[in-house]
Amino acid sequence: MSDQRRAAADVVASVRNVTKIYRLGGHDVRALDGLSIEFRRGDFVAIMGSSGSGKSTLLNLLGCLDRPTAGQYVLGGYDVAQLDDESLSRVRGRYLGFVFQSYNLIQQLSVVENIAVPLAYQRPVRPGGQELCVRLATLVGLAGRLDHRPTQLSGGQQQRVAIARALVNNPHVILADEPTGNLDTATSREIMDLLAALNEAGRTIVMVTHEPDIAARAKRVISLRDGKIASDERQ
Amino acid sequence: MNLFQQLRLGFRSLLLHKLRSALAVLGILIGVTAVIWLVAMGEGVSFQAQQQIKDLGATSIIVRTIKPTEEANREAGGRTGIAYGLLRDDYDRILTNVPAVRRAVPMREISREVRHGEFSLDAQLIGCTPEYFAINRLPVARGRPLSDADLKNLDNVAVLAWEVAQRLFPIDDPLGRTVQIGTDFYVVVGVAEQRTSAAAIGGSFAARQYDRDVYIPLATFRARIGDRVITIRGGSFQNETVELDQVTAVVDDISQVDASADIIRELLGRYHKQTDYAVVVPKELLEQAEAMRLMFSVLLLLIAGISLLVGGIGIMNIMLATVTERTREIGIRRALGATKGEIVQQFLWETVVLSGTGGLLGVGIGFLCGPTVHLVRTGLARLMPELWSNLPPAIRDLEPRLAAWSIIAAFGISVAVGIVFGIYPARRAAAMDPIEALRHE
Repeated sequence: MSDQRRAAADVVASVRNVTKIYRLGGHDVRALDGLSIEFRRGDFVAIMGSSGSGKSTLLNLLGCLDRPTAGQYVLGGYDVAQLDDESLSRVRGRYLGFVFQSYNLIQQLSVVENIAVPLAYQRPVRPGGQELCVRLATLVGLAGRLDHRPTQLSGGQQQRVAIARALVNNPHVILADEPTGNLDTATSREIMDLLAALNEAGRTIVMVTHEPDIAARAKRVISLRDGKIASDERQ
Repeated sequence: MNLFQQLRLGFRSLLLHKLRSALAVLGILIGVTAVIWLVAMGEGVSFQAQQQIKDLGATSIIVRTIKPTEEANREAGGRTGIAYGLLRDDYDRILTNVPAVRRAVPMREISREVRHGEFSLDAQLIGCTPEYFAINRLPVARGRPLSDADLKNLDNVAVLAWEVAQRLFPIDDPLGRTVQIGTDFYVVVGVAEQRTSAAAIGGSFAARQYDRDVYIPLATFRARIGDRVITIRGGSFQNETVELDQVTAVVDDISQVDASADIIRELLGRYHKQTDYAVVVPKELLEQAEAMRLMFSVLLLLIAGISLLVGGIGIMNIMLATVTERTREIGIRRALGATKGEIVQQFLWETVVLSGTGGLLGVGIGFLCGPTVHLVRTGLARLMPELWSNLPPAIRDLEPRLAAWSIIAAFGISVAVGIVFGIYPARRAAAMDPIEALRHE
C-alpha cells in the first residue's frame, strides 16, 4: 500500500465541492454551496449552524439519503453522487449508523429486535446476530430490558437502544442528528458520555446540534452559514 | 431475513391493530368459505343426480311409452278408444334384432288402490318379470322376488315396496298375507328394500319414486287387468290400450350403449307411425349431468371469485391505511439499509399473512360444511316441520361433498389475492422518500 493510499485510507468520508440546489416554489434555493470536508477515522465532529444554514441538508447527504446536485461525496470507496437508489440503501446499511433526535425505534419490536433491524438488510447475511445484539444492549446498559418494548422505556433508554442499533453493522461513521434534542440535561449528559466513550474506543461520529454545550463535547466543531463553512476548529 | 422471520414480522405488525386485521381476515375468510361450501353443495347435488342416473343403469337403454298428443290422436283416427305405446312385439324385436342387447325387461304399470283390511293406499301397480329387480337394483329385504314360475302360472303374488308394506301392515308381518287390488287378492311373497328415488326419465321432471310400488308378475297383470284401461275424465269415458309401458334393454358394455340406442330408435321408428314412445339413455343423462355440474361449478366459482375480490379490496384498503400509518417505520428501515425491494417484500408478506390467515380459517370453516348442513336440517325439521316437508327432496336429502380441488383452489386464490392486492400498497410504501418518511409524525 502506497503512502498516498494509506493517507487516503485514513479518511473515512470526504465531501468535495458539494452543491445542493432545491427548487422551492419556482425559486432555486442553494442549500449547500461548494462545500468540502474530510472526516478522518476516530474523529468526533459537531456540525453547528442556525436553521437554514444547510446542516440538515448536509446530514441527509452524509447519510446517503440524498444526492448532491454537483460535487463528490466519497464513502467506503464509492462516489455516492453516482449511485442508484438500491446501492444507496446498501451503502447506508454497510457504512453508516444513524442516531436520531426522536430515537426512531420500531414500536412493535423489542429492544434486541430493534438493535437487530440493520442486520436484516446486510448482504451477505452476517452470522451470530442475536449474540451481537445482546452484547450491544449490555454495552449501552440495557442488559435487563432485552425484551422491553420502546413504549416501556424512558427517552434516555430509547436513545441507548438507538445507539446500540447504530453500532450493530460496525459502521464507518455514526451520524447523530440532535441526539440529545428530546432529553433533559442529566440524560443528555449520559448520552454524550456514551458517545464520547464510543469515540474513545475508535468510532467516528458526526453529530449535528445547535446546542453549544453539546457541541463542546466533540473534538472538532464545524459551523455552517448559508451553505458554506463559517468555521472549522479542533478543540 | 428468512421466511420464518418474515412471517413472524408480518404477524406481529398485524397484531398492532387486532380489530382492523381481524376484519380484513374476515373478508377473505368469508370468500374462501363461500368457495368451499358452494362447491361442496354443488358437488353434493350433482353426486345425488349422478347416483340416481347410475341407479337407472349406465349400460341400460330405457324405452318408455308416451301418450301421444290429442291432435296426433285424432289424425290417427282414434275416437272412442286409442291404442298407443310399446307393443309386446317391440320387446321381441329389440331382443332379437339388437345384437348387443342380452337382456330386456318389459314392464306395465298403472295406478291402483291397494288395501289390506282397514288400510289402503294409492299404489303404483307394476307388472314385470323377475329380472326387473336385478336391472333396477331393487334388492328384496324380506321374502323373495318374483319368480319365473309366478309368471308361468299366472300366480296372484305381489312384492311390496318397503313403504307400502309399512302402510298396509303397520303391525303384522306382511309375508304370506293377502292384499286386495280391485277385485283380486294377491299373496305377499316379498318386501323390497327401502330406496331413494331415481332420476326422472321419459321427459318428465319428476323423479321416479319407488316407495309406492307393488310388483306383480307381468303375465298376471295382463290376465287380471289387461291392456285396456278405461278412465273417466271430464265426464266422458276414455279408453286406452297399452301393451307395455316400458322396456329396459341392457347391453354388456357401456361402449355399446350409443350404437344400440340408435338401432332401437331406427327399429321402433319403422313400426310406429306416431312417436308414442321415447328412448332414454341413462348414460346420456349422465353426460348431461356432468356438463351441468361443470357449468354449475364455473358459476359457483364466479360467485366465490367475486366475494374473494371484495375481500381483496378490503385487504388493500387496510394495507393502504397501514402503510400511511407506518410511514415513519418505513423511513427508519430505509435509513438503516432497506432497499425498495425489501420494503415491498415486507409489506407483501404482511398482506399474504393476512389473506393466508383468512384462507386457512376459511378452509377450517369449510370443513364444517357437512356438520352445519346436518345441523340446519335437523333444526328445520324440528322447528318448522311443515316448511321442511314441503321442500323438494333434492334439498332435503342434500349431502354436501367437500371437493379437494376447491379447498386447494380457495386457499391458493386467497394467497394470490393477498399478493395481487398487496402489491399496490407495498409499492407505495417503497416509493416514499426516506427523508420525508423520517420526518413524518
